Amino acid sequence: MSGADDWRPTARLDVLAARARVLAAIRGFFAEAGVLEVETPALSFAGSTDPALASLSTRYTGPGAPLGATLWLQTSPELAMKRLLAAGSGPIWQLCRVFRDGERGRRHNPEFSLLEWYRPGFSMHDLIDEVVALLRCVLGGNPFEERLTYAEAFERALGVDPLGATIDALQAVAVRAGIAGAEHLRLADRDAWLDLLMTHCVEPGLAANGITIVHDYPASQAALARLREDEPRVAERFEVYVRGVELANGFHELGDAAEQRRRFDADNARRRSAGLPEMLIDGRLLAALESGLPDCCGVALGVDRLVMLATGAQTIDEVIAFPLERA
Amino acid sequence: MGIYSTNEFKGGLKIMLDGDPYSIIENEFVKPGKGQAFNRVRIRNLKTGRVIERTFKSGDTVEAADVVETNMQYLYNDGEQWHFMHPETFEQLTADATAVGDAAKWIKEQDVCIVTLWNGVPLGVTPPNFVVLSIVETDPGVRGDTSGGGGKPATLETGAVVRVPLFVQTGELIKVDTRTGEYVSRVKE
Repeated sequence: MSGADDWRPTARLDVLAARARVLAAIRGFFAEAGVLEVETPALSFAGSTDPALASLSTRYTGPGAPLGATLWLQTSPELAMKRLLAAGSGPIWQLCRVFRDGERGRRHNPEFSLLEWYRPGFSMHDLIDEVVALLRCVLGGNPFEERLTYAEAFERALGVDPLGATIDALQAVAVRAGIAGAEHLRLADRDAWLDLLMTHCVEPGLAANGITIVHDYPASQAALARLREDEPRVAERFEVYVRGVELANGFHELGDAAEQRRRFDADNARRRSAGLPEMLIDGRLLAALESGLPDCCGVALGVDRLVMLATGAQTIDEVIAFPLERA
Repeated sequence: MGIYSTNEFKGGLKIMLDGDPYSIIENEFVKPGKGQAFNRVRIRNLKTGRVIERTFKSGDTVEAADVVETNMQYLYNDGEQWHFMHPETFEQLTADATAVGDAAKWIKEQDVCIVTLWNGVPLGVTPPNFVVLSIVETDPGVRGDTSGGGGKPATLETGAVVRVPLFVQTGELIKVDTRTGEYVSRVKE
């Protein structure tokens, strides 16, 4: 395509219409479920500490910050939404734009639409049921659904125990599985090796026509999920795959302020050792948890990928009007 | 030579890997929402033509390959080497059978080819997409049979053998698509 044409959208207009129908279906689903729609700031004084997420930033100068202050663009609305939950909001949902530096590819754009919702009183499997109901509402039909643990998924695809295997063992599995260049890779930790095997070997084997829920992630990948009381090697975290595409990530939310602070500190320690900038810890979230987060589960779902699935698109560029290169 | 980070990866980029020059065919960014990012690439070995896959950790770097593609005129073959000349600088260079590869069966003196140079040495030769060559030998064919079915083999002046329609005869000029090796049309002198 010639340069003169790059003012045009990359998505066809009928696909943008299908996108609008997906958004309307989401609004209808939550209205019917009695979940409150909320909005929280896209810009925050605290960025994400997660070492796997790079925050974009901007500057604000004016009343409230006469000398100028760095504001971080949200990588997800999670922390602000938990403050609403602690304030007694009850069940809430939000559809918002989130931003992640360094992410661009067939299924990635540095800004994308995230659907995030929280359900006080739900167990992890209650929330999984609701995610599946939403997917059936948006995608139609009655797709086959399967739930398995992270350990079962690895066992089935690779015959390896992801909770116990050493780095050397995981690398050997990667080489044996034929991941080209695995013998040359230098990865920071065990979890990066698990990510390599997950993306290259486990995901491609997930149900090609249905919904797969992988749950009980290793404790080292708990992020903001609670560890399971009866099996502390795993966290009450789940990921939803549809036709092998990673679509949503959910937690039984961590409510313990002291444990949350330890996780933030651990994130920053990993950032230091990886040579990444340390991020300011969100004191307002910790104060909210101190005040008391209701027992709840929450999930974040990539809306652009949902539209890809609804329309049969192969690339994210087919479902957004103006991706990075045309922004 | 320079260094490329995975963020610079795109189709056509020339990189060094295990001592050989490669061209990137396809680059896929793969990242779990809460995990390590990877670049999964399909690359062509420019010496052997073989296509392989390779996974890099995002942010890793690789050495750039000093590979350039340049238009050169084919002059002659001395029995072992193919001689080419740059049309503007008149600089000449020679390529061996490995570098010339399949192009040998299509090119004639004066044809302008794309010569791929690695550190100044020819690595490959791409013939023009279309060439016009004369038929030195083909069966006379059955008179009156002009149906499209089948066709017959014809040997060209360069030694290449292509399938041609039955009505095409020895001594005629034909146009051939070198990318597919298929007959396109007859050409009037």
